[in-house]
Amino acid sequence: MKFGVVVFPGSNCDYDAYFIMKKILGVETTFLFHKDTSLKDCNAVILPGGFSYGDYLRTGSIARFSPIMNEVIKFANNGGLVLGICNGFQILCESNLLPGVLMKNENLRFRCFDVNLKVLNNQTPFTKECGPGEILTIPIAHGEGNYFANKETIKELEDNDQIVFKYCNEYGEITNDSNPNGSVMNIAGVCNQRKNVFGLMPHPERCSDRTLGNTDGLKIFKSIINNFN
Amino acid sequence: MFLVKIFIKRRRSILDPQGKAVEHRINSLGYKNVSSVRIDKYIELELNENDFTKAKNNVEKICNDLLANPHLEDYSFELTKK
Repeated sequence: MKFGVVVFPGSNCDYDAYFIMKKILGVETTFLFHKDTSLKDCNAVILPGGFSYGDYLRTGSIARFSPIMNEVIKFANNGGLVLGICNGFQILCESNLLPGVLMKNENLRFRCFDVNLKVLNNQTPFTKECGPGEILTIPIAHGEGNYFANKETIKELEDNDQIVFKYCNEYGEITNDSNPNGSVMNIAGVCNQRKNVFGLMPHPERCSDRTLGNTDGLKIFKSIINNFN
Repeated sequence: MFLVKIFIKRRRSILDPQGKAVEHRINSLGYKNVSSVRIDKYIELELNENDFTKAKNNVEKICNDLLANPHLEDYSFELTKK
Protein backbone atom coordinates (compact mmCIF):
# COMPACT_ATOMS: atom_id res chain seq x y z
CA MET A 1 0.00 0.00 0.00
CA LYS A 2 1.05 3.58 -0.48
CA PHE A 3 0.36 6.75 1.52
CA GLY A 4 0.29 10.27 0.07
CA VAL A 5 1.01 13.36 2.17
CA VAL A 6 -0.22 16.56 0.53
CA VAL A 7 2.07 19.60 0.64
CA PHE A 8 0.39 23.00 0.40
CA PRO A 9 2.28 26.29 0.57
CA GLY A 10 2.36 26.80 4.34
CA SER A 11 2.01 23.15 5.39
CA ASN A 12 4.43 22.54 8.25
CA CYS A 13 3.57 19.08 9.59
CA ASP A 14 4.02 17.36 6.24
CA TYR A 15 7.47 15.98 7.06
CA ASP A 16 6.30 14.78 10.48
CA ALA A 17 3.49 12.76 8.87
CA TYR A 18 5.87 11.47 6.17
CA PHE A 19 8.44 10.46 8.81
CA ILE A 20 5.93 8.50 10.89
CA MET A 21 4.50 6.63 7.90
CA LYS A 22 7.79 5.92 6.14
CA LYS A 23 10.36 5.57 8.95
CA ILE A 24 8.36 4.48 12.00
CA LEU A 25 5.72 2.34 10.28
CA GLY A 26 7.75 1.41 7.21
CA VAL A 27 4.98 2.07 4.68
CA GLU A 28 5.65 3.40 1.19
CA THR A 29 4.87 7.11 1.37
CA THR A 30 5.12 9.94 -1.11
CA PHE A 31 4.55 13.68 -1.06
CA LEU A 32 1.76 15.07 -3.24
CA PHE A 33 2.37 18.67 -4.29
CA HIS A 34 -0.58 21.09 -4.24
CA LYS A 35 -0.24 21.62 -7.99
CA ASP A 36 -0.25 17.89 -8.78
CA THR A 37 -3.23 16.57 -10.68
CA SER A 38 -2.79 12.91 -9.74
CA LEU A 39 -2.71 11.00 -6.45
CA LYS A 40 0.11 8.82 -7.85
CA ASP A 41 -1.78 5.59 -7.06
CA CYS A 42 -1.88 6.28 -3.33
CA ASN A 43 -4.28 4.14 -1.28
CA ALA A 44 -4.71 6.69 1.50
CA VAL A 45 -4.14 10.44 1.70
CA ILE A 46 -3.09 12.62 4.63
CA LEU A 47 -3.76 16.38 4.65
CA PRO A 48 -1.20 17.59 7.19
CA GLY A 49 -1.22 20.45 9.70
CA GLY A 50 0.15 23.91 9.09
CA PHE A 51 -1.06 27.24 7.80
CA SER A 52 -1.86 26.65 4.15
CA TYR A 53 -1.89 29.90 2.19
CA GLY A 54 -1.17 31.77 5.42
CA ASP A 55 -4.69 31.00 6.70
CA TYR A 56 -5.80 33.95 4.54
CA LEU A 57 -9.55 34.62 4.16
CA ARG A 58 -10.52 31.61 6.32
CA THR A 59 -8.40 28.62 7.35
CA GLY A 60 -8.38 26.04 4.56
CA SER A 61 -10.53 28.11 2.19
CA ILE A 62 -7.85 28.76 -0.43
CA ALA A 63 -6.19 25.32 -0.20
CA ARG A 64 -9.59 23.79 -0.93
CA PHE A 65 -9.30 24.98 -4.55
CA SER A 66 -5.76 23.64 -5.16
CA PRO A 67 -5.53 21.31 -8.17
CA ILE A 68 -4.65 18.34 -5.92
CA MET A 69 -7.88 18.86 -3.95
CA ASN A 70 -9.97 18.05 -7.02
CA GLU A 71 -8.31 14.64 -6.98
CA VAL A 72 -8.64 14.25 -3.21
CA ILE A 73 -12.37 15.07 -3.42
CA LYS A 74 -12.89 12.55 -6.25
CA PHE A 75 -10.89 9.95 -4.31
CA ALA A 76 -12.93 10.55 -1.13
CA ASN A 77 -16.22 10.41 -3.03
CA ASN A 78 -15.16 7.01 -4.37
CA GLY A 79 -14.56 5.73 -0.84
CA GLY A 80 -10.79 6.44 -0.58
CA LEU A 81 -9.41 6.99 2.93
CA VAL A 82 -8.54 10.62 3.71
CA LEU A 83 -7.17 11.83 7.05
CA GLY A 84 -7.05 15.56 7.82
CA ILE A 85 -4.95 16.71 10.77
CA CYS A 86 -5.45 20.23 12.18
CA ASN A 87 -5.20 22.47 9.09
CA GLY A 88 -6.05 19.34 7.10
CA PHE A 89 -9.29 19.06 9.10
CA GLN A 90 -10.04 22.71 8.31
CA ILE A 91 -9.47 22.05 4.60
CA LEU A 92 -11.78 18.99 4.67
CA CYS A 93 -14.55 21.11 6.23
CA GLU A 94 -14.06 23.87 3.66
CA SER A 95 -14.19 21.22 0.92
CA ASN A 96 -17.54 19.96 2.27
CA LEU A 97 -16.01 16.51 2.68
CA LEU A 98 -16.76 16.91 6.38
CA PRO A 99 -19.65 18.78 7.96
CA GLY A 100 -19.23 21.92 10.06
CA VAL A 101 -16.55 24.56 10.33
CA LEU A 102 -13.57 25.42 12.55
CA MET A 103 -13.61 28.90 14.03
CA LYS A 104 -11.16 30.95 16.06
CA ASN A 105 -10.70 29.50 19.57
CA GLU A 106 -13.32 30.96 21.87
CA ASN A 107 -10.61 32.19 24.29
CA LEU A 108 -8.63 33.69 21.36
CA ARG A 109 -5.50 31.85 22.50
CA PHE A 110 -3.25 29.61 20.47
CA ARG A 111 -3.49 26.38 22.48
CA CYS A 112 -0.47 24.08 22.46
CA PHE A 113 -0.40 21.18 24.95
CA ASP A 114 -1.43 17.55 25.45
CA VAL A 115 -5.17 16.89 25.60
CA ASN A 116 -7.16 13.80 26.52
CA LEU A 117 -9.50 12.43 23.91
CA LYS A 118 -12.34 10.00 24.43
CA VAL A 119 -12.85 7.55 21.57
CA LEU A 120 -16.58 7.59 20.81
CA ASN A 121 -16.42 5.42 17.73
CA ASN A 122 -13.74 2.75 17.43
CA GLN A 123 -15.33 1.12 14.39
CA THR A 124 -14.05 3.60 11.79
CA PRO A 125 -11.15 2.75 9.44
CA PHE A 126 -9.11 5.28 11.48
CA THR A 127 -9.82 4.05 15.02
CA LYS A 128 -10.10 0.26 14.89
CA GLU A 129 -6.89 -0.06 16.93
CA CYS A 130 -8.53 1.85 19.80
CA GLY A 131 -10.64 0.27 22.51
CA PRO A 132 -14.26 1.34 23.04
CA GLY A 133 -14.26 4.53 25.14
CA GLU A 134 -10.45 4.50 25.31
CA ILE A 135 -8.77 7.72 26.39
CA LEU A 136 -5.90 8.86 24.17
CA THR A 137 -3.42 11.60 25.00
CA ILE A 138 -2.47 13.60 21.92
CA PRO A 139 -1.08 17.15 21.62
CA ILE A 140 -2.98 20.05 20.08
CA ALA A 141 -1.43 23.19 18.53
CA HIS A 142 -3.99 25.54 17.00
CA GLY A 143 -5.62 28.94 17.13
CA GLU A 144 -8.69 27.98 15.12
CA GLY A 145 -10.02 24.66 16.35
CA ASN A 146 -13.40 25.72 17.67
CA TYR A 147 -15.67 23.23 15.91
CA PHE A 148 -19.14 24.47 15.08
CA ALA A 149 -22.12 22.98 13.30
CA ASN A 150 -25.81 23.77 13.58
CA LYS A 151 -28.15 21.69 15.74
CA GLU A 152 -29.51 19.63 12.86
CA THR A 153 -25.99 18.73 11.72
CA ILE A 154 -24.93 17.78 15.25
CA LYS A 155 -27.98 15.53 15.55
CA GLU A 156 -27.07 13.83 12.27
CA LEU A 157 -23.47 13.39 13.47
CA GLU A 158 -24.70 11.78 16.67
CA ASP A 159 -27.27 9.56 14.95
CA ASN A 160 -24.66 8.28 12.48
CA ASP A 161 -21.84 7.84 15.03
CA GLN A 162 -19.73 10.42 13.18
CA ILE A 163 -18.33 12.07 16.30
CA VAL A 164 -15.12 10.11 16.69
CA PHE A 165 -13.22 12.01 19.41
CA LYS A 166 -14.27 14.40 22.17
CA TYR A 167 -12.02 16.39 24.50
CA CYS A 168 -12.25 14.90 28.00
CA ASN A 169 -10.45 14.94 31.33
CA GLU A 170 -8.06 12.20 32.49
CA TYR A 171 -11.02 10.14 33.72
CA GLY A 172 -12.80 10.30 30.37
CA GLU A 173 -15.41 12.81 31.51
CA ILE A 174 -16.54 15.33 28.89
CA THR A 175 -16.21 18.58 30.85
CA ASN A 176 -16.06 22.30 30.04
CA ASP A 177 -12.63 22.50 31.65
CA SER A 178 -11.24 19.90 29.26
CA ASN A 179 -12.49 21.79 26.19
CA PRO A 180 -9.46 23.77 24.95
CA ASN A 181 -11.13 25.88 22.27
CA GLY A 182 -14.89 26.16 22.77
CA SER A 183 -15.83 23.39 20.33
CA VAL A 184 -19.52 22.54 20.41
CA MET A 185 -20.03 19.44 22.61
CA ASN A 186 -16.22 19.12 23.07
CA ILE A 187 -15.89 17.72 19.54
CA ALA A 188 -12.25 17.09 18.58
CA GLY A 189 -12.68 14.88 15.49
CA VAL A 190 -15.47 13.85 13.11
CA CYS A 191 -15.84 11.58 10.12
CA ASN A 192 -18.21 11.68 7.16
CA GLN A 193 -21.29 9.52 6.96
CA ARG A 194 -19.48 6.87 4.93
CA LYS A 195 -16.62 6.85 7.51
CA ASN A 196 -13.84 7.11 4.91
CA VAL A 197 -12.95 10.76 5.61
CA PHE A 198 -11.76 11.73 9.08
CA GLY A 199 -10.58 15.07 10.45
CA LEU A 200 -9.23 15.94 13.88
CA MET A 201 -7.59 18.97 15.47
CA PRO A 202 -5.04 17.07 17.65
CA HIS A 203 -1.74 15.96 16.09
CA PRO A 204 -1.28 12.16 16.20
CA GLU A 205 1.93 12.46 14.14
CA ARG A 206 3.51 14.31 17.08
CA CYS A 207 3.06 11.33 19.40
CA SER A 208 3.88 8.33 17.25
CA ASP A 209 7.60 7.91 17.94
CA ARG A 210 8.73 6.16 21.14
CA THR A 211 11.58 8.64 21.45
CA LEU A 212 8.99 11.31 22.24
CA GLY A 213 7.54 9.33 25.16
CA ASN A 214 4.01 8.83 23.83
CA THR A 215 2.79 6.64 20.98
CA ASP A 216 -0.99 7.08 21.26
CA GLY A 217 -1.03 8.63 17.78
CA LEU A 218 0.21 5.38 16.24
CA LYS A 219 -3.20 3.80 16.89
CA ILE A 220 -4.71 6.03 14.22
CA PHE A 221 -2.03 5.38 11.60
CA LYS A 222 -1.94 1.64 12.34
CA SER A 223 -5.73 1.51 12.05
CA ILE A 224 -5.49 2.97 8.55
CA ILE A 225 -2.79 0.50 7.50
CA ASN A 226 -4.78 -2.46 8.86
CA ASN A 227 -7.58 -1.72 6.41
CA PHE A 228 -5.24 -2.94 3.67
CA ASN A 229 -3.88 -6.07 5.42
CA MET B 1 -16.20 47.32 -15.69
CA PHE B 2 -17.69 47.24 -12.20
CA LEU B 3 -16.23 48.16 -8.86
CA VAL B 4 -17.54 45.56 -6.41
CA LYS B 5 -17.71 46.13 -2.67
CA ILE B 6 -18.41 42.95 -0.75
CA PHE B 7 -19.39 42.82 2.92
CA ILE B 8 -19.10 39.48 4.73
CA LYS B 9 -20.74 39.32 8.12
CA ARG B 10 -20.59 36.55 10.65
CA ARG B 11 -24.13 35.64 11.73
CA ARG B 12 -25.09 37.61 14.80
CA SER B 13 -26.18 34.44 16.58
CA ILE B 14 -22.58 33.16 16.53
CA LEU B 15 -20.15 34.50 19.13
CA ASP B 16 -17.43 36.74 17.70
CA PRO B 17 -14.57 36.44 20.22
CA GLN B 18 -12.46 39.06 18.38
CA GLY B 19 -15.29 41.55 18.57
CA LYS B 20 -15.74 40.72 22.27
CA ALA B 21 -12.04 41.30 23.01
CA VAL B 22 -12.04 44.63 21.16
CA GLU B 23 -15.26 45.65 22.91
CA HIS B 24 -13.70 44.96 26.32
CA ARG B 25 -10.67 47.08 25.40
CA ILE B 26 -12.85 49.95 24.15
CA ASN B 27 -14.82 49.79 27.40
CA SER B 28 -11.60 49.77 29.42
CA LEU B 29 -10.50 52.95 27.63
CA GLY B 30 -13.45 54.63 29.28
CA TYR B 31 -16.08 54.31 26.54
CA LYS B 32 -18.68 52.56 28.66
CA ASN B 33 -21.36 53.41 26.11
CA VAL B 34 -19.98 50.97 23.50
CA SER B 35 -21.41 47.47 23.06
CA SER B 36 -22.09 44.80 20.39
CA VAL B 37 -18.72 45.17 18.62
CA ARG B 38 -18.44 42.81 15.65
CA ILE B 39 -15.45 42.33 13.37
CA ASP B 40 -16.47 41.50 9.83
CA LYS B 41 -14.79 41.46 6.40
CA TYR B 42 -14.83 43.97 3.60
CA ILE B 43 -13.48 42.92 0.19
CA GLU B 44 -13.15 45.16 -2.86
CA LEU B 45 -12.55 43.98 -6.41
CA GLU B 46 -12.87 45.07 -10.02
CA LEU B 47 -14.90 42.94 -12.41
CA ASN B 48 -14.31 43.23 -16.12
CA GLU B 49 -17.92 42.76 -17.20
CA ASN B 50 -20.40 45.17 -18.77
CA ASP B 51 -23.70 43.37 -18.22
CA PHE B 52 -25.16 44.04 -14.75
CA THR B 53 -26.95 40.69 -14.39
CA LYS B 54 -23.90 38.73 -15.48
CA ALA B 55 -21.74 40.72 -13.07
CA LYS B 56 -24.17 40.12 -10.22
CA ASN B 57 -24.30 36.37 -10.92
CA ASN B 58 -20.50 36.25 -11.09
CA VAL B 59 -20.07 37.93 -7.72
CA GLU B 60 -22.73 35.73 -6.10
CA LYS B 61 -20.95 32.62 -7.32
CA ILE B 62 -17.56 33.87 -6.10
CA CYS B 63 -19.06 34.63 -2.69
CA ASN B 64 -20.78 31.25 -2.43
CA ASP B 65 -17.75 29.28 -3.67
CA LEU B 66 -14.96 31.01 -1.83
CA LEU B 67 -15.40 34.31 -0.04
CA ALA B 68 -18.13 33.44 2.48
CA ASN B 69 -18.63 30.28 4.51
CA PRO B 70 -22.34 29.41 4.45
CA HIS B 71 -22.11 27.78 7.91
CA LEU B 72 -21.04 31.02 9.54
CA GLU B 73 -21.39 34.03 7.32
CA ASP B 74 -23.84 36.06 5.22
CA TYR B 75 -22.72 38.39 2.47
CA SER B 76 -23.99 41.41 0.60
CA PHE B 77 -22.41 43.49 -2.14
CA GLU B 78 -22.67 46.69 -4.13
CA LEU B 79 -21.86 47.04 -7.84
CA THR B 80 -20.78 50.40 -9.18
CA LYS B 81 -20.17 50.95 -12.89
CA LYS B 82 -16.67 52.33 -13.52
